[in-house]
Amino acid sequence: MAILEVRDMCKSFGKTEVLKGVGFTMERGEVISILGSSGSGKTTLLRCINFLERADKGQVIVDGKVIFDGSDTAKKSPSEIRKAQLNFGMVFQQFNLFPQYNVLENVVLAPKLLAKERPDFKKHKKEILAEIETNARDVIDKVGLTEKLMNYPCELSGGQQQRVSIARALALNPKILFFDEPTSALDPELTGEILRVIRALADKKITMVIVTHEIGFARNVSDRIIFMDKGVVAEEGSPEEVIDNPKNERTREFLKLIEQK
Amino acid sequence: MDALQQLFIGFGMNCLLFVLTLVMALPLGLIITFGTMTKLKPLKWVMKTFVWIIRGTPLMLQLFIVLYAPGILWHHPVSNRMGAALVAFVINYAAYFSEIFRGGIESIPKGQYEAGQVLGLTKTQVFFKIVLFQVIKRITPPMGNEVITLVKDTALARVISVAEILQNAYRYASKGIIWPLFASGLYFLAFTGVLSILLSFVEKKLDYYKG
Ligand SMILES: Nc1ncnc2c1ncn2[C@@H]1O[C@H](COP(=O)(O)OP(=O)(O)O)[C@@H](O)[C@H]1O
Ligand SMILES: [Mg+2]
Repeated sequence: MAILEVRDMCKSFGKTEVLKGVGFTMERGEVISILGSSGSGKTTLLRCINFLERADKGQVIVDGKVIFDGSDTAKKSPSEIRKAQLNFGMVFQQFNLFPQYNVLENVVLAPKLLAKERPDFKKHKKEILAEIETNARDVIDKVGLTEKLMNYPCELSGGQQQRVSIARALALNPKILFFDEPTSALDPELTGEILRVIRALADKKITMVIVTHEIGFARNVSDRIIFMDKGVVAEEGSPEEVIDNPKNERTREFLKLIEQK
Repeated sequence: MDALQQLFIGFGMNCLLFVLTLVMALPLGLIITFGTMTKLKPLKWVMKTFVWIIRGTPLMLQLFIVLYAPGILWHHPVSNRMGAALVAFVINYAAYFSEIFRGGIESIPKGQYEAGQVLGLTKTQVFFKIVLFQVIKRITPPMGNEVITLVKDTALARVISVAEILQNAYRYASKGIIWPLFASGLYFLAFTGVLSILLSFVEKKLDYYKG
């Protein structure tokens, strides 16, 4: 069964139709890259799936369970949305680390707050908190920042900050991890370290959706490529199909433009 | 009673007015902030207009109005002058504080809220665990300025005859004795000096991170 199925997502801002019926499915362990020129609706798609925007129409289905349905007239309660949201992790272009917390605190904040809602929290508080911290150190180690555990975001390079934000998302053990142009805010010499971390996650079979302009990387890391244009999926297939032999005219133009840069 | 002692008692009034205004105007200011930031358009405009009027007119005028309006308009003369001064100060400072709070809250990037949201935090958790501290750090310098201004503004209570320090010092000056005026200046300097030291200590404490 597909781990994620997105159906017919539509979203307008005022009169601007940004998503005009986007859909795709993905299997557990799959890595999908979404390509497309600026303004084609990639960010909006990720935001709608992650409940940061409410799509006007469409469905999001995780493991066969409908977690979002635009035709539902009854509004979901905040706690239902939170629960659905936790299926996903999100890494933003701008990192969005919490500046007042050090690396470890950034990573443990959400797991600790969520643990308080567990019925057995009071009884096993010590063990639960210790486990959260061990897990946090583990994910921080995965992104290679064990030495910066006690540093504040302002003391880190952009690449290091982005790695912390990946660790922060991983700490909640999401079923699917979404990246929105994770390297676009970084100096070119810092993109490599992020791409290596994502590569390592792909090798560990973490299910990921990556919006990126790094065509070479997308080709190398993805099982499948989705090319978006003007709010629709214009082309979809293996990297060989979409990047090496694009059928769609818009895909060809886009790839040519990127190559020139 | 000797002059120094009188000045001291007078300054007690200033300190009382200062402390009470601060204690009441801070929470009231936060409530006004939420009012000016609400999605309920009518409430929002009422609050914004209120803040505009309070900030756009002299505190001295507000003192007169609080003291005289109840008597003249509703035949309930105000006998407690200190109470009237306190009401005017609390309203005035709450309006100023609310603008500082609003600026602080609005300066926090949307990404902070969204990062909290995708990590499964509730709105309350996002405010108290992520946003609030950053707001406090950002508003400490402007709040510090406002608090120091408040210390000096308490002398304005004299215009509705609250027996504060300048009221006393002025009585001596009118008899040809000048030094109590300078002495009152020293009281204010000492108070604002201590406050400045406290404030810069707090700012240093909050300066462990940038941003
Ligand atoms: N909150 C918003 N309000 C109005 N328009 C928006 C908003 N968010 C995105 N848009 C518009 O939607 C279009 C697609 O934006 P986006 O999803 O960010 O594209 P991409 O990530 O592919 O560059 C753009 O034209 C953008 O101006
Ligand atoms: Mg985008």
